[in-house]
Amino acid sequence: MNIAVCVKRIPKTAEADIFIEKDGKDIKKDHLVFALNDWDGYAVREAVLLKEKYGGEVTVFTVGPEESKEVLTRCLAMGADKAVKIEELPSSDGHLIAKILTQALKDQSFDLILTGVQAEDDGWGEVGVALAQMLGFTHAAIVTRIEIDGNRALIRRELEGGIEEALELKLPAVLTIQTGINEPKYVSLAAILEAEDKEVREVGIGEIGLTSKEPLNATVDQLSFPPAGKMAEILKGSPEEVVTQLTEIVKKKRG
Amino acid sequence: MDFELSNRQKQIRLAAREFAEGELAGIGKECDIKEDFPKELVKKAAQLGLLGCFIKKENGGLGLGFLEHAIILEEFWRVDPGLGQVLCSVTFGAEELQLFGSEEQKKKFLPPLVKGDWIMGFSITEPEAGSDTSSATTSAQKVGDEYVINGNKVMITNGTVANFLLVYCLTHPEVTSKSKRHSIILVETDRPGYKADRIHGKMGIRASDTANIYFNNVRVPKENLVGTEGNGFLQLMKFFDHSRAWVAANGVGLAQGAMEQAINYVKQRKQFGQTIASFQITQFKIAEMATLIETARSLAHKACWNLDRGTIDPQLSAMAKWWSCNVAVRIVDEALQLHGGYGYLDDYPIERFYRAAKILEIYEGTKEVDKMMLGRRFLTIG
Repeated sequence: MNIAVCVKRIPKTAEADIFIEKDGKDIKKDHLVFALNDWDGYAVREAVLLKEKYGGEVTVFTVGPEESKEVLTRCLAMGADKAVKIEELPSSDGHLIAKILTQALKDQSFDLILTGVQAEDDGWGEVGVALAQMLGFTHAAIVTRIEIDGNRALIRRELEGGIEEALELKLPAVLTIQTGINEPKYVSLAAILEAEDKEVREVGIGEIGLTSKEPLNATVDQLSFPPAGKMAEILKGSPEEVVTQLTEIVKKKRG
Repeated sequence: MDFELSNRQKQIRLAAREFAEGELAGIGKECDIKEDFPKELVKKAAQLGLLGCFIKKENGGLGLGFLEHAIILEEFWRVDPGLGQVLCSVTFGAEELQLFGSEEQKKKFLPPLVKGDWIMGFSITEPEAGSDTSSATTSAQKVGDEYVINGNKVMITNGTVANFLLVYCLTHPEVTSKSKRHSIILVETDRPGYKADRIHGKMGIRASDTANIYFNNVRVPKENLVGTEGNGFLQLMKFFDHSRAWVAANGVGLAQGAMEQAINYVKQRKQFGQTIASFQITQFKIAEMATLIETARSLAHKACWNLDRGTIDPQLSAMAKWWSCNVAVRIVDEALQLHGGYGYLDDYPIERFYRAAKILEIYEGTKEVDKMMLGRRFLTIG
């Protein structure tokens, strides 16, 4: 199986202090730690597990700056076989990233392309699905389980309320991967050393037939913090009255 | 001059950090309270290649350096000093085998350490011989093709869990020169006459196994001699020139962990209507901590880098050891202070770090011994 995984290097924002740039269009990133996007980590691990089960090769792609190579090295240490870093443009949106990846991936006969459901920073959740459309591949999003049967992928996707949908897709397909699809494994030092012998290619924008002036479909207008508002409703009254109120609220929320 | 860690070293640091946060954080407190030595943790770490990475490839290791070893240990000690000690002690003494062991010894005793199947120790200290190592009296007498060992050692790391120990023995009591009377002999702990009693009640690093050891006519084949007879003292000093460099990293890790805990605490603790992080004194304290850690890490890394390029600079190793360990003690003190009363309760890990830190200034050579050696070198006193 020839598998491609598209990954992103993101700033870890979940537990960090966030400050917005003066122009309001981005967050300050100087003090943040950068790493492999969490969803993409699950995607890489899933690709490696599929390779171990069905044979084949895993190639990791990223669109990013020089520093993105650290993330690629990490993916190689996780078991990917090859890595490709594509030059990034000064500004991009999900659609453009998908376009860039399409150009890089289209002539390479991949059976399966995995991406994370979304990125931890901007959370647009677009690239995987747009990529499928542009490549003309079938796709499924928020995938929680994958099995391969010949030229078909038997997958499960996550819906609301704990329900899963089972689907059968014909390969080649793009799947966006949900966290928790597999058990992450610690990276060993031996794997880190082996990764140094694996191929990391760098591809310029011109090489894939694009220019640095590609049009954007969406631009960020403004970033702001959510307004501080009521976070808690204090229930007043005697214990019996409070319990009654609380029971009503819980009943209503359960629907 | 490139001060940046290589790509490989950054990956190793990340791998060690994830392992520490995933496997050490959850059990550190309980292992400390119960004085629990977690053998499964040793195995897990070994499987990832995190133990003894400086052991050469031909001896079953990854053939990396003391700098990589230091990077890994810093990550362990940042999360839990006691478990960091457990993990760094598994291969404590392997440096001596690599420096002075025979090919047979290296091939037999080093690979199982790397795999996490065996644990070793280095048995040096005695009731009457701590800093004064040349006064050690545990004797090893040559009888036919064997050495017969008698004596007792105290406060030996891994005394009750090790598969084998390197033992610092008096073999030439008749020799006048104090540095030519000892030898280092390998003793498998299942030899008849070997007894180890676990010491309880350590102030800190309580997960680590520490024991008093009794040798009662323990016989080992003469092939168990490591290096040459009578050369034990000098071989031991060479060992310390290596171990001090990475022990410094234990201090760096503990200090880093303590500082991060303090930073998290002061950013959320409010008094007088604001976070205590907003007070200038707090900011000064954190600034000083961060700077001291930077000096400690730089010195530890330089000492390790120096070893890895094939040179031994005893001064650099001694400086790194006493400085980084002293930094750890000072920083953890201030970090606990910043927690206020809550720092005194075991709800927060800082008290465990505080209790652990002190040993760093005592073991592997007290800071006084380090400074004595440095003072004499710089003043060129014999």
